Amino acid sequence: MTTWAALLPTMPFLAALAGLILPRAPRRVAAGLGVGAAAVAFVVSIGLAFAVDGPAESSRRWVDFGDVSVTLGVRFDPTVALVTVAVTTVALAVQIYSVAYLADDDRYGPYAAQVSLFTAAMLLVVVAGDLIELLVGWEVMGICSYLLIGHDRRLPEAPGAAVKAFLVTRVGDVGFLLGIALIGVHLGTFRITEVLASVHRLSPAMLTAVTLLLLAGVAGKSAQFPLHTWLPDAMAGPTPISALIHAATMVAAGVYVVARLFPLFGPAHATREVLAVSAAVTMLIGALAACAQQDIKRVLAWSTVSQLGYMSGALSVGAPPAALFHLLTHAAFKALLFLAAGAVIHAVGTNTMAAMGGLRRGMPVTFWTMTVGLAALVGFPPFAGFWSKDEIISVAWAGSGWAALLVWASAVVTVAVTGWYATRLWLRTFFGAPRGPAAEHPHEPPWLMRGPLIVLAVPSALLGFAGLVSGFAHRLGFGSSVHIEAAGLSVALICLLAGIGGAWFAWQRAPDADPARVLGPARVVLAEGFYLDKVQDTLVVRPVRALARAVRRTDESIVDGAVEATGRGTRSLGAVLSSLHRAALPRAATAVLAAAVLFGLVAALLLGGTR
Amino acid sequence: MSLGQVALVATLALPAAGAVAAASVPARLDRVGRLAGTGAAALTLVASLLLLTGGTPPGSRATPIRPWHSIDVPWASGLDLRFHLGVDGVSYPLVVLTALLTLLCCGYTVWKVPEPGRGRVLVALLLAIQIGIVGVFESLDLVLFFVFFEIVLLPMYAVIAIWGGERRRPAARKFVLYTLFGSVLLLVGVFVVVAKAGSADIQGLTGHALPPATQKLAFTLFALAFAVKSPLWPLHTWLPDAHTEAPTVGSVILAGVLLKMGTYGLLRIGVGVTPEGARWASPVVGVLAVAAIIIGGLVCLAQTELKRLIAYSSVGHMGFVVLGIATLTATGAQAALIGNVAHGVITGLLFFLAGAIKDRAHTGRLIDLGGLRETAPGLAGLLGYAAIASLGLPGLAGFWGEAFAVVGSLRRGGPLWTVLAVVAAAGAALAAAYFLRLLRQVTHGSPTPAVARLAPPRLAGAELLSWGPLVVLALVLGLVPAAVLSLSADAARALAAVGGVK
Repeated sequence: MTTWAALLPTMPFLAALAGLILPRAPRRVAAGLGVGAAAVAFVVSIGLAFAVDGPAESSRRWVDFGDVSVTLGVRFDPTVALVTVAVTTVALAVQIYSVAYLADDDRYGPYAAQVSLFTAAMLLVVVAGDLIELLVGWEVMGICSYLLIGHDRRLPEAPGAAVKAFLVTRVGDVGFLLGIALIGVHLGTFRITEVLASVHRLSPAMLTAVTLLLLAGVAGKSAQFPLHTWLPDAMAGPTPISALIHAATMVAAGVYVVARLFPLFGPAHATREVLAVSAAVTMLIGALAACAQQDIKRVLAWSTVSQLGYMSGALSVGAPPAALFHLLTHAAFKALLFLAAGAVIHAVGTNTMAAMGGLRRGMPVTFWTMTVGLAALVGFPPFAGFWSKDEIISVAWAGSGWAALLVWASAVVTVAVTGWYATRLWLRTFFGAPRGPAAEHPHEPPWLMRGPLIVLAVPSALLGFAGLVSGFAHRLGFGSSVHIEAAGLSVALICLLAGIGGAWFAWQRAPDADPARVLGPARVVLAEGFYLDKVQDTLVVRPVRALARAVRRTDESIVDGAVEATGRGTRSLGAVLSSLHRAALPRAATAVLAAAVLFGLVAALLLGGTR
Repeated sequence: MSLGQVALVATLALPAAGAVAAASVPARLDRVGRLAGTGAAALTLVASLLLLTGGTPPGSRATPIRPWHSIDVPWASGLDLRFHLGVDGVSYPLVVLTALLTLLCCGYTVWKVPEPGRGRVLVALLLAIQIGIVGVFESLDLVLFFVFFEIVLLPMYAVIAIWGGERRRPAARKFVLYTLFGSVLLLVGVFVVVAKAGSADIQGLTGHALPPATQKLAFTLFALAFAVKSPLWPLHTWLPDAHTEAPTVGSVILAGVLLKMGTYGLLRIGVGVTPEGARWASPVVGVLAVAAIIIGGLVCLAQTELKRLIAYSSVGHMGFVVLGIATLTATGAQAALIGNVAHGVITGLLFFLAGAIKDRAHTGRLIDLGGLRETAPGLAGLLGYAAIASLGLPGLAGFWGEAFAVVGSLRRGGPLWTVLAVVAAAGAALAAAYFLRLLRQVTHGSPTPAVARLAPPRLAGAELLSWGPLVVLALVLGLVPAAVLSLSADAARALAAVGGVK
């Protein structure tokens, strides 16, 4: 079992290594490596998901640092199995889709290899049995996102967005590393099973410190306020990469790790309250910012921020199964939405919704699959998102304390806002009259792109029902199957209908205009994501740059200046002394005689003294 | 003599023979001289690898240093000087690293001789430097250690002053005077210890309790001397000039192994011979190490020249190594050892790449470089790989030393060391910031005129051959750090026991 599980990260890793060593390999070989490795991982994960019936673990020593040892191992259980299926499904869909999407890209080879490495890193995070091992996958994923977001050479903003994605997450990872290091120092092990079994040996204060530090890394990876700013900019990457980052890898990793380490977070109430506040803010600002975006991918990106808020909200009220359930349904529908958006962009040649409109007639497959995806996103019954989101709303309602109430209130309001922006996207893209020349003659994408859409539409529509199957619910960690609570449900549904209706009426009045006009002066603020980028720039980026320049000047003028001055001083002292030695004969003779007298005196005094 | 002892002598004798052979070849046979030197370097690498085999099995725990192989003969019996060499888990990886980098640099010189030519002399000097560095790592006698420490200076001076860039002479002079100043302190420290203990035997002195006052004085002198060499902030300013002006192979040796003489000395002599002094001064050393990490990182962030940036990044990386040593824990010592090796591999590669870029684009100013991935994707890809390795990505070699210096610092405990751990960890984020800034400037965007004219865009076979081992090692050491650390585990634990915090 664990041997097969170890194969999950290993296969894509080997494919990535081969692809990176042979960057000039023919396209066919590169595609074969990428798709082949993802397919093998997919098949293995499906097989394991059926075969697994309880936790299995294998572990071996990796390296010792003094009395701290690091292990290399695999831990596999039914929950892990479900997450690996989600990861490999999306990865396979993305690899297949990319073959067509990047048909005329001369750097497809390295691209496919980097996607494989990305997949391997995420699978390593999912199956890792040791925190240091997990950290390896965690950070490799970060660097892959950097490489892939910066892939497109035609976009001037791509390199900056790539750097931002890595740096913002890396700032969070400072905390993550310190948290892991503290665990290792205080518990003497990095092995996850042993760490979780000895949580009680940490003092409450230490537990809070450790979990808060870990949370910093989670907030960076899973784009939680205030470290969410990298995610919307990450849209500069090719669309399949957006699907990969937003659905099953990278952003999912943070939520997954908290769920995985929940025995640490469970007793840390202060940490969970911090998480609750962050989650409530994240889901609401994400949804609000999505309302005013012009770029179809940016709408989806902000919606990811918002949906991640739901997942961490569930974690903050102590319901990891609900978070993981939403992680799975979100993986399906968000991958679908991005790949469908990619099909739209492929057909229209632009990202901006102002140039779209009326696309449903020319590209029915894209239209219908995207409709399924949006229905799942807003939580329209009975699509997938409905079940998982409703579960989160009901656990937040059942939770106690102000934090749970905050999460619940924010979640319910966000349902309405989600309904509004999703409807706006749907209407602006597919309905009304075409607003641009390219939108007049749209075409369906090639089959390699259409296939993944259709395949992903199935779980987006139906995965929610799996929650009713007790076997599936048990695997996720639910006590019983997912239940529907009438009172909570009706509140959420009313909010949803209000949101959808609002967008519909705004559009109805003027189908050519943007429904976002009703936002009035708030529209700019939302479009700019509440100016948080600017805040980050003013508070962090610029001060660090200014400090760097000041330190460099100091280092060159003072620290090195002192050294140079010593050198110059020595030389001029030498010059003075040497000029004294170039004296004319009379003065030199005087000096010699004077010195002889001086030495004579000293000798006489000393010898006199000893006698 | 056993095979191990033969190999031990061979690691010094072969480069000496190679240097003589290369230097004595007439000018018209320059290439033959370079090839002869490279052959000697290759044999030295083989000899250094042989040191691993058939060592003395770790037996008695009488002394903290238990060399696998050693050789001990009187040298100047009137002065009680001994020629005492040995190799153990702490020194072995560095000996092999030195042999490998010297071979790669000699091989590179066979292919490309920097201006003004006379490659055979350059190869001979590289081999002379190797004798000094390997000798430092293998010495088990303080005076011998000092002698080898000094041997390195003048050949390195010549390498910078003859084959360097435009401002090579001031840079070489600064290098030699600054490090000579450090050597004087080292010599005084050696005298202090030898005069008090009546012996210069490192093996015997390790764990031998000298009076505390002597230890404090001696450690201060040692620490200053090794801080210049490592270099530790604020005694680092010879390094950027030397690196910027040195020829490619000079930079590779300088950063790759020459700096390690400082950190190795700090661990072997500073912590080993004067542990009480080390305990007394460790907070100061720790604070300076973390200052080096942060200041090095910030200067890199505002740096405008490619080789200078990499030189300053070395200041930061060596800060992590010194922090590991200063924690006086086995964890920190192990982190310092793998940090040393990883830095040698990765920064060696970075300087090779920076040299290749400067040779092709005829400029190292970051503002004149850009769009490298469009004109030379292979070079850009390797630069990206080396930068990512250097910023400490887990899974590559650079990660272990930095992460576990932080762990070691937390392990030491107490408010000061916790703060140092936190600040050092933040320094890792800073490293990511400046390396990504570098990549964004150099590889992304559209090609600048200098990069558009870049010739040749393809990598030569000789370049791939001399960089390949470093590329592979950066990954292998990242995946299998035990390749270094299992060798040194016992030695590091013993040294930490002498240092004696935990």
